[in-house]
Amino acid sequence: MDEGNGCCFSILASKFTVTFVTISLTLILIRVLYVIYRSGKPLFRSKAPRALRTLIVLGSGGHTAEMLNLLSVLQKERFSPRFYVAAATDNMSLQKARTLETSLADETGVKVEETAQFMQIYRSREVGQSYLTSVWTTLIATAHALWIMFKIRPQVILCNGPGTCFPLCAIAFFFKVVGIRWSSIFYVESIARVRRLSLSGLLLYKLQIADQFFVQWPQLQGQYPRAHYVGCLM
Amino acid sequence: MGDTEDGVKPKRTVFVTVGTTSFDALVRAVDTQEVKDELLKREYTHLIIQMGRGSYTPTKSGGEDGSLAVDFFTFSSSIADHLRSASLVISHAGSGSIFETLRLCRPLIVVVNEDLMDNHQSELAEELAERKHLYCARPQTLNQTIASMNLESLLPYHPGDASPVAKLINTFLGFPDD
Repeated sequence: MDEGNGCCFSILASKFTVTFVTISLTLILIRVLYVIYRSGKPLFRSKAPRALRTLIVLGSGGHTAEMLNLLSVLQKERFSPRFYVAAATDNMSLQKARTLETSLADETGVKVEETAQFMQIYRSREVGQSYLTSVWTTLIATAHALWIMFKIRPQVILCNGPGTCFPLCAIAFFFKVVGIRWSSIFYVESIARVRRLSLSGLLLYKLQIADQFFVQWPQLQGQYPRAHYVGCLM
Repeated sequence: MGDTEDGVKPKRTVFVTVGTTSFDALVRAVDTQEVKDELLKREYTHLIIQMGRGSYTPTKSGGEDGSLAVDFFTFSSSIADHLRSASLVISHAGSGSIFETLRLCRPLIVVVNEDLMDNHQSELAEELAERKHLYCARPQTLNQTIASMNLESLLPYHPGDASPVAKLINTFLGFPDD
């Protein structure tokens, strides 16, 4: 009898576990689908927001020039404070961003430290690194990216294609799902991409992580109808 | 033709730039006699090469007895000055160099690096070549491009504008138009 009871109990317990797991997974799936559904939609606010915490992901030479071109036409008081992130191996990009912020500070009289911060992020894999060691470096890079994103908790993310932007956007999406922070992710595919998207662009488009996806050549918009064609930024 | 009154040829510089990395195939190509001969035929007098991290060192020349004067350096903070004083720019296919040159309205030949693994760089150069803003070549076809190019047929590039993107972003976030 005892054995029978134990057996019944374990069957009950396993049934309960299965049900619990199924329900949890369903709820997570519903939440993810809701976030994807909600992501592409404009934010209707009863009152226009005053200022939004903005993360700007910089890449090497060409990428950074395009991003700074975009920043030059955005109203800075709306996108403030600004957090600039670049790969730890890239010293030039943050330097250029600092120059832009310094000239802005000279115009407005507000100190750079109050409106902008500059951060470096580890890359998961350097060019030519072996796959074995990159498992370890990827883990480190992911932990570091999570830490940085938790500190910034951006409301707006602007990126245009360096490899570092995918993990950051994926973390932002995770924050949306678990409710840490809702953010709007804007991705501008680099001007260098005429016929094919970059890997970062393709992932953000296909996984619907980017709220708005911009391309600079009409050929790409033909292939990716959800993208907005905006002409050349350079 | 093209000579000044005192019989000295006017200085016409060709500036070659490989950007922040290395592109030995391009440096080697401009250092060949074929390319130098074509440049001389086109009445260029000086060749300045920014060779980056490349390992191939071109041969310097003072430009005596009517040959092309050749000089090179690895990196410089005044690339813009070199671009501005050039009569022709031969560049790698990076978008930074391409648009900086086009903005300064200098005739441009972009040479695509075929050794790069993910060769998306040729897309931009080919598209802009189709729109007649520049010439696009490979290291081994550079001399033919110089021989056959017609710089008068190139069209000026009108710089793009980021404000359509800014407008869409503002609308999406619920900021009013202004």
